[in-house]
Amino acid sequence: MSKVNPTDRKYTREHEWVIDNGDGTVVIGITDHAQELLTDIVFVELPEIGKQVKPMEAVAVVESVKSVSDVYSPVTGEVIEANQKLEQNPELINQDPYGKGWIAKLKMKQPEELQALLDASGYEAFIAAEQH
Amino acid sequence: MNKTPLYSRHVALGARIIDFGGWAMPVQYTSVIEEHLTTRSAAGLFDICHMGEIDVNGTGAFYFLQHVLSRNIDGQKIGQMKLSVLATEEGGIMDDLTVYLLGENHYRLVTNASTKDKDYAWLLKVKDEKGFSQVEITDETDNIGKLDLQGPRSEDILQQVMPANLHSLKYYHFIQTQVLNIPAIVSRSGYTGENGFEIYAPHDRIGEIWDRLLQAGVDYGLKPIGLGARDTLRLESGMMLYGNDMDETTTPYEVVYGWIVNLEKDFIGRDALEKQFSGGVKRKLVGFTMWERGIARHGYKVFKDGLEAGIVTSGTHSPTLEKAIGLAFVPVELSKPGTTFDIQIRNHLAAAQVVSLPFYKKEKQYAFFNIFI
Repeated sequence: MSKVNPTDRKYTREHEWVIDNGDGTVVIGITDHAQELLTDIVFVELPEIGKQVKPMEAVAVVESVKSVSDVYSPVTGEVIEANQKLEQNPELINQDPYGKGWIAKLKMKQPEELQALLDASGYEAFIAAEQH
Repeated sequence: MNKTPLYSRHVALGARIIDFGGWAMPVQYTSVIEEHLTTRSAAGLFDICHMGEIDVNGTGAFYFLQHVLSRNIDGQKIGQMKLSVLATEEGGIMDDLTVYLLGENHYRLVTNASTKDKDYAWLLKVKDEKGFSQVEITDETDNIGKLDLQGPRSEDILQQVMPANLHSLKYYHFIQTQVLNIPAIVSRSGYTGENGFEIYAPHDRIGEIWDRLLQAGVDYGLKPIGLGARDTLRLESGMMLYGNDMDETTTPYEVVYGWIVNLEKDFIGRDALEKQFSGGVKRKLVGFTMWERGIARHGYKVFKDGLEAGIVTSGTHSPTLEKAIGLAFVPVELSKPGTTFDIQIRNHLAAAQVVSLPFYKKEKQYAFFNIFI
């Protein structure tokens, strides 16, 4: 049922993923597990370029038919790009949460924050525990 | 949490279960959009066992109901159902319900799930206080199971599992019949804007009907449908949801229920409603579509020229129309179709426009669909 969570990135307990580009920037999105829970994503509110964010602050909003959910920033930083394709095609998050469904690119201010996040197997263990 | 007799079937079908007013109900089996579109194009089967059924019997039943219902039920025939409001002394909506005339002096009220206990207590109180001794009121909810079968193929499917002819059954009429070999009531009615049926049968046998319908419906594209799609289907069709769009602080004239109030008879709430009718309402529930990006949701504020002017009561993404739709209370001055206002979505305002209801209307309506029910 679930896709494999890629090992090239880190995960939050709020079901976001973050990929380190190695140049001080990261790309973020929501996990396959999160899109599955939301099911039909019909609207994405993207952040404005230049928006300053901190961990656990909403950086974007995704809406399904039934629900409204915040996407939290995994790190402290500044939004430098947002996936404009999601405005017309929010379903990209359902179809390809780890690829074409990326949400924003951030410039990190405190790269060490990445170390506190989960790796793929840690995230899977976390989901398994959450379901019990 | 309360469970319907179909609960284990929902779990086996992989449904996501939510707490709906104290009931463990399926919100979706696969996807709200998919289930919604299935109901519009083929047929959907809904577990509605949580709704309430209250029987009113006895020689005083007609006079009693005339006293508590906003609708004039004089002239209602056996086999006919009517939509009505149960009003408070102040004219507020205690519930919106359907009234089935099952036999001479035997009525059945089908209530919302969340309001059933309140309605039942209220009816008993009125009976005692007003001296309606020739009336017997019983809560049948635990004895009765209910399914809704809705969508363009619903008649083809249902006809396979029951001998009585459905073709001649008119909109908002019902037959007391057998489905499989189970005694049942089948009405042509529903909450989706599609042709369809509401099916009532003994609580302990409703599962057999559910199973057989799903089986008979395979070739017609029938699927089980959760409450998520039930909500988007009813909203597209311009139907209100009790507790969301109306409650006891709302009167029938403020929502689209003026037509089921009959001021020429005496009933609880009549005087307050007559006063409001002659003085005119100050606010009105209207349908709107979003002009700018965003989905308005229940509780979002309405603004006009920067001032707070109203509140959204229902809002969603319409799967059929593929745009954001909703219902909102606004001052009467802002209620005309074409009027624009803003809705606050998180920290910004997005423009919306008043439109006539329903948002969605079936192109080829069932022949009896347009007549007043």
